Amino acid sequence: MFAAENGLKGDPRLEAISAAIRVVPNFPKKGIMFQDITTLLLDHKAFKHTIDIFVDRYKDMHISVVAGVEARGFMFGPSIALAIGAKFIPLRKPGKLPGKVISESYELEYGHDRLEMHVGAVEPRERVIIIDDLVATGGTLSAAISLMESQGAEVVECACVIGLPEVKGQHKLKGKPLYVLVEPSGLDELC
Amino acid sequence: MSGNKVEEDPRINGIKTKIRVVPDFPKKGIMFQDITTVLLDPKAFKDTIDLFVERYRDKNISVVAGIEARGFIFGPPIALAIGAKFVPLRKPKKLPGETIFEEYELEYGNDRLEMHVGAVDAGDRALVVDDLIATGGTLCAAINLLERVGAEVVECACVIELPELKGRQRLKGKPLCMLVEYRC
Repeated sequence: MFAAENGLKGDPRLEAISAAIRVVPNFPKKGIMFQDITTLLLDHKAFKHTIDIFVDRYKDMHISVVAGVEARGFMFGPSIALAIGAKFIPLRKPGKLPGKVISESYELEYGHDRLEMHVGAVEPRERVIIIDDLVATGGTLSAAISLMESQGAEVVECACVIGLPEVKGQHKLKGKPLYVLVEPSGLDELC
Repeated sequence: MSGNKVEEDPRINGIKTKIRVVPDFPKKGIMFQDITTVLLDPKAFKDTIDLFVERYRDKNISVVAGIEARGFIFGPPIALAIGAKFVPLRKPKKLPGETIFEEYELEYGNDRLEMHVGAVDAGDRALVVDDLIATGGTLCAAINLLERVGAEVVECACVIELPELKGRQRLKGKPLCMLVEYRC
């Protein structure tokens, strides 16, 4: 669900966040209007608004884990975790985590990739939020949910700054709620 | 807190005990310093960030640059707390806009660090953040990128230093602030 439909309608912070996101056409390939959040990180106020909105939502939900998807999930997740007193767990590409890992495969446009998590990072029955900058097909988030559930943890919600049109109207991802702040900018420039 | 080390602060020991050492990763002979276990302890993680924030909040830092990927975990919370922008320094081809790059040496071959054009302005006062300093090669590349666009690198900040690798000497004269030393 989008934040504007869920209590934050007309919130000026959402406009500031949307305006701070830069659209880069034809990256990584022709036809894709890439949603660049690095410009949001350059705008201290808008970046703080982003974190504050997530913190306000999750601080009273007894969340003990914030899991962030490499690499842009690392830019948002830790600040949220720190503010709500939760652990931060990085979910990483293969071969990066040094200890014993579990992994889950997910589909790319061509081929597959894997997401890994340290064994023992999350415990059974922990309440988890999974965070990434953007949700498109939901493949990566689904893999993340699987990792958590395989360890007996409960995914309370998936949270993203940006949600592509495919997810509009879809409140749930693999049965889990999805919370998104803004829609992509600049899509009217698509031919 | 004074000087480049903060060894007198009682929070340091709590952080140090949370770092997990993983032998022979990524290859035999390397004792890998795993900070993910620090992130699993909300108090230790908060203390880590607080120590840096306390040091930098009154130093008019306008940019915190974090090195991919573990610098992305520590850098943004520091940036948010001190009112600075956060700039990710990334491996090649990850940043979507126009970039500049700096090469640095690996054990075998080279790699590149990239930064978006326009992210940092001339006159910006910058911190460079990473989880660990080893040889200093990546940090040196980061300093070069920032200086090329006219920023002033005030300090490098790392959770862990491997002093035997002498990375501190490769920082173009810039000071290093670290919390925990690891000697083999």
